[in-house]
Amino acid sequence: MDKLREHIRLMVQTIVTIVTNGYVKGFATGKIYTGDLKKVCVPGLNCYSCPSALGSCPIGSYQAVIGDRQFKFTFYITGFLMVVGSTLGRLVCGWLCPFGLTQDLLYKVPFIKKIKRIRRDKYLRYFKYIILLVFVLILPLFVVDIIGQGSPVFCKWICPVGTLEGGIPLVLLNDTFVEAIGFLYIWKITILVLTIVFSILIYRPFCKYICPLGAIYSIFNGISLYKYKIDNSKCIKCGVCSKACKMNIEPFKTPNHIECIRCGDCKRVCPTAAISSGITMVNKEKKEHNSSEI
Amino acid sequence: MNKIREHINKVIFILGIGFMSYGLYRGEIDIVFQKAIKICLECIGIG
Repeated sequence: MDKLREHIRLMVQTIVTIVTNGYVKGFATGKIYTGDLKKVCVPGLNCYSCPSALGSCPIGSYQAVIGDRQFKFTFYITGFLMVVGSTLGRLVCGWLCPFGLTQDLLYKVPFIKKIKRIRRDKYLRYFKYIILLVFVLILPLFVVDIIGQGSPVFCKWICPVGTLEGGIPLVLLNDTFVEAIGFLYIWKITILVLTIVFSILIYRPFCKYICPLGAIYSIFNGISLYKYKIDNSKCIKCGVCSKACKMNIEPFKTPNHIECIRCGDCKRVCPTAAISSGITMVNKEKKEHNSSEI
Repeated sequence: MNKIREHINKVIFILGIGFMSYGLYRGEIDIVFQKAIKICLECIGIG
């Protein structure tokens, strides 16, 4: 049953990745999808320059709009992130992000010794907020060319997703791109290789320390509609959930911690089934409580 | 405390819908679309 639950998450992640990257023709032609679906953002990190991508990346789109001469703020993408964040929080990271799936699979690659927690982990977690602030919100707004267009700084200099999903396949499929390879491409390949190596050693290093989208959704984790709940009458505070948590949080103390990606490992291992999850409302909880009292 | 959180959640959700609608109204979706249908050379490490 536990294995089945683990596989359900893997299946959902795979299905979401396939559905949002359903333009298989792109890999045959070396071109990207240009239909109307690209007007809509996907919830996870998924480069829109991937030959198979059907939707837009929210982080890329955010930089595109604020980097445009017309707008200095994007209501469309901010609103989208608010709706998704207030509904699901970081459930997106654990269940709906293609790059999350990539890292999950890489962590399954056997290695002599996996690193459970790196030094200064607690402080390094804040690095993703700096990345969000500097590379997504500030630099694309202020570093502009002569016609006032900003550059997608995060996508250009940091994001390994664009290299993996777009850079490598498009260079392999287009000879003209091969001729254009320079320092930036080598830099991005280096970042990708480092991300892959670290993902084998550490569970989801990109989500923990770098991802600006995870940083945004983490802000909503405490108030999102989907949440985790501890039944204090059942919890024996054994700490088994903390040991099982690959994001290194203590679910029995803070079930809706900003770092929780809702993977469900804690629920699976809890010996007393004290952890539950779902979309809960205070009024509904009160009604249930009252009816149980009656 | 939970009730406050629920109210905050509702406010953010409604505000989010409002933001999205206003963004659509002022044409931000065209910028997203124009960017997404062309290969972003910076994103793939070429430009």
